Amino acid sequence: MPEYYNISLLIARLQFAFTVGVHIIFPAFSIGLSVFLTFLEAAWLKTNDDRYLRLFKYWLKVFSIVFGMGVVSGIVMAYEFGTNWSEFSAKAGPITGVLLSYEVMTAFFMEAGFLGVMLFGLNRVGKRMHFFATCAVTAGTLISMTWILASNSWMQTPQGYMIDPQTGHFLPKDWLAIIFNPSFPYRIVHMGFAALLSVAFTVAAAGAWHLLKARKTEQKADSTIHLMFSLALWMIAVTAPLQILAGDLHGLNTLKYQPAKIAAMEGDWESETRAPELLFGIPNMKTEHTDYAIGIPLIGSFILTHDINGKVPGLKDYPVDQRAPVPIVFFSFRIMIALGGLMLLCGLWSLWLRYKKRLFDHPLFLRSVLVMAPSGFLALLCGWVTTEVGRQPWTVYGLLRTRDSASPLAASSLSFSMMFFVVIYVFVFGSGFLMLVRMLRKAPEKANQLDEDTMIIGSCHDIITSNKEAP
Amino acid sequence: MTDPAFYLPFIWAFIVILAVSVYVILDGFDLGLGMLFAFETKQEHRDIMINTIAPIWDGNETWMVLGGATLFGVFPGAYSTLLPAFYIPIIIMLGALIFRGVAFEFRIMAHASTHRRFWNVGFMVGSTLAAFCQGCILGGYVQGIRTTNGAFSGSAMDWLTPFSILCGLSVVVGYALLGTTWLVWRTAGALEQQSRRWSKRLALMMLACIIAVSCWTPFLHAPYLHRWFAYPNIIYGMPVPALVAVTGVIMWRSLGREDAVTAFICTIAWFLLSLVGLAITIWPYAVPPALTLWDVAAPVSSQIFQLVGTLILLPFITGYTLYSYYLFRGKVTKADGYH
Repeated sequence: MPEYYNISLLIARLQFAFTVGVHIIFPAFSIGLSVFLTFLEAAWLKTNDDRYLRLFKYWLKVFSIVFGMGVVSGIVMAYEFGTNWSEFSAKAGPITGVLLSYEVMTAFFMEAGFLGVMLFGLNRVGKRMHFFATCAVTAGTLISMTWILASNSWMQTPQGYMIDPQTGHFLPKDWLAIIFNPSFPYRIVHMGFAALLSVAFTVAAAGAWHLLKARKTEQKADSTIHLMFSLALWMIAVTAPLQILAGDLHGLNTLKYQPAKIAAMEGDWESETRAPELLFGIPNMKTEHTDYAIGIPLIGSFILTHDINGKVPGLKDYPVDQRAPVPIVFFSFRIMIALGGLMLLCGLWSLWLRYKKRLFDHPLFLRSVLVMAPSGFLALLCGWVTTEVGRQPWTVYGLLRTRDSASPLAASSLSFSMMFFVVIYVFVFGSGFLMLVRMLRKAPEKANQLDEDTMIIGSCHDIITSNKEAP
Repeated sequence: MTDPAFYLPFIWAFIVILAVSVYVILDGFDLGLGMLFAFETKQEHRDIMINTIAPIWDGNETWMVLGGATLFGVFPGAYSTLLPAFYIPIIIMLGALIFRGVAFEFRIMAHASTHRRFWNVGFMVGSTLAAFCQGCILGGYVQGIRTTNGAFSGSAMDWLTPFSILCGLSVVVGYALLGTTWLVWRTAGALEQQSRRWSKRLALMMLACIIAVSCWTPFLHAPYLHRWFAYPNIIYGMPVPALVAVTGVIMWRSLGREDAVTAFICTIAWFLLSLVGLAITIWPYAVPPALTLWDVAAPVSSQIFQLVGTLILLPFITGYTLYSYYLFRGKVTKADGYH
């Protein structure tokens, strides 16, 4: 029986996709934003330019909200492996559970321990120690990414394990091989750049919004906003091409270790040399054919193997019950690539406008950057959909099937939790999103607004006192 | 005795109990504080209450993630049976924790006063519901879980019994007491005085809860009864209730005096004694009444690899946790805030 007829399994999978899809936004945001905050504080300490401090304070408030949402949505993840995927937990826990524990011990505690200092501590500990706290939080977000991607990559390209012949459990044999599994280095670089790009586009769009607003009222925008916009576009101009390179290398790695996933991404049914690259098509899993395909000859082989005569895999090489749901993988991959292309164009355009000295007053460019605000996060989600749906029907690639990983739960329990999560997430994270939008619509403080003597960095207290005066 | 497969689960059981205890104490006063929003309606006092925990609550909640992750890695057999067994209360608890977690920030950021009021209520309800669910899970755990071949084989609502509801209420009362005694320590003036009055009432209620749960537990399973009342166990077990009585007296007296921290410490002692009593009851089962620690443990190599990391990292974690508490020490007043 095909797996999508099993309703409990389907809900369990949808629920995991939904909860992790919402969750991943926040850590990605935190990773990128903490790197940006570290840069801002370092620049402030080095140059003593107050604009950096104002930007730091401005984005620190955003960080405190995003981080909080990341913590609470992350607790769900730590328990969802057990609640919904108990068979997977029992079999693979000795490996993935241990990696997750290392993440908690090396990263989460460090982040949480220094977050209080970062948010509220500048006047208690002084600049140096405060900068140390900012660095510690940033290091925490990066370490956390390292462990969780080690765990995810091990599930994609497992090695360094043994299977217990009696219980079928995975036993760790070589921890270094487990952590540094073949897809890990590519995945971590790709994810790291994705986080930086996501935040860069958010920051750039906030800048663009304020620049456009200033144009509308025919005022000159504060130089702090110019600085913010310029920094974000430098990040985009540098990172977007690097990300495309990293994605290409990741693709080569996937071709080597998960060729069936590549076949699904490409919508190729027959293994062939000199394969075309499909720009569009509708993969049909019943007829085993990609309908309405529009492709560029030879380029498919060239992109995948860097050789126009290269042989690319086809889905028919694999039994029907070992194929991923092709249309989802095919389309999410294409959306990601298209967004990546637009990001690259954005970066190049910004360089050209910089050269022409029109970076801050080209209305079409500003509007484009504003529209691109969610592009980084969208591309990131599409990338994860590609890689996670593309490795189906396996949780541990080639070894443990998704249908053998689920908990023995009644469909009614799963329906309850699914509805519960959807309602809470839409409401809570929807409110959070609106709050962030409202915060970003306020410009960073202007030079004379900041009381240099008190240097209140405690975002909470600022707002408590200002709210108290409001009725 | 020298077989690591035998003694490693002992060490890990100790670490898990430690992590759970630290979680219960640290997030206990956070959650308790949230419940007190039901009785403390003054905005000014509420802001002070929040300010006492704002810089540290993230770290407190991290112990819960550590508990989950450690079970997953070291006792995967327990993780994969307990979590499906407590599916409903865990899901509700997670939802409640989401609400109260974001309410921390949202109640401050909310621009309209109706929104603010909403997140204040969310903070209170989320805290209470999370505590109640934790108590129900605890009660359901002690009363035992149906398993077949090491996998959960009960039904979705097995956990819901009068006993688990009693445990749920007990945890709510206990966390509230942790919250009020925390406020006795960390606040001043009217709020402190009010917290002292609340603490006295809650201490009596918690004592009643401890007695009720303690009297009920031995009759859940014959081995529990034997563990506590067979000779000579009854003598070894006696210090637990005796210490509960002694710390209770100390707490009561400190609440009447100008004494800041003693009541909080005594409440912590009550929690620790309750957890020790619990450990004595179910030992050596990881999933009572059928699976022992050894039945559910991960292979030795997983346990060792994680143990090395834990022994190296725990001192660091303790270090910067203490640093952060030290940095934000002292009584918080309206004038304070964080600047």
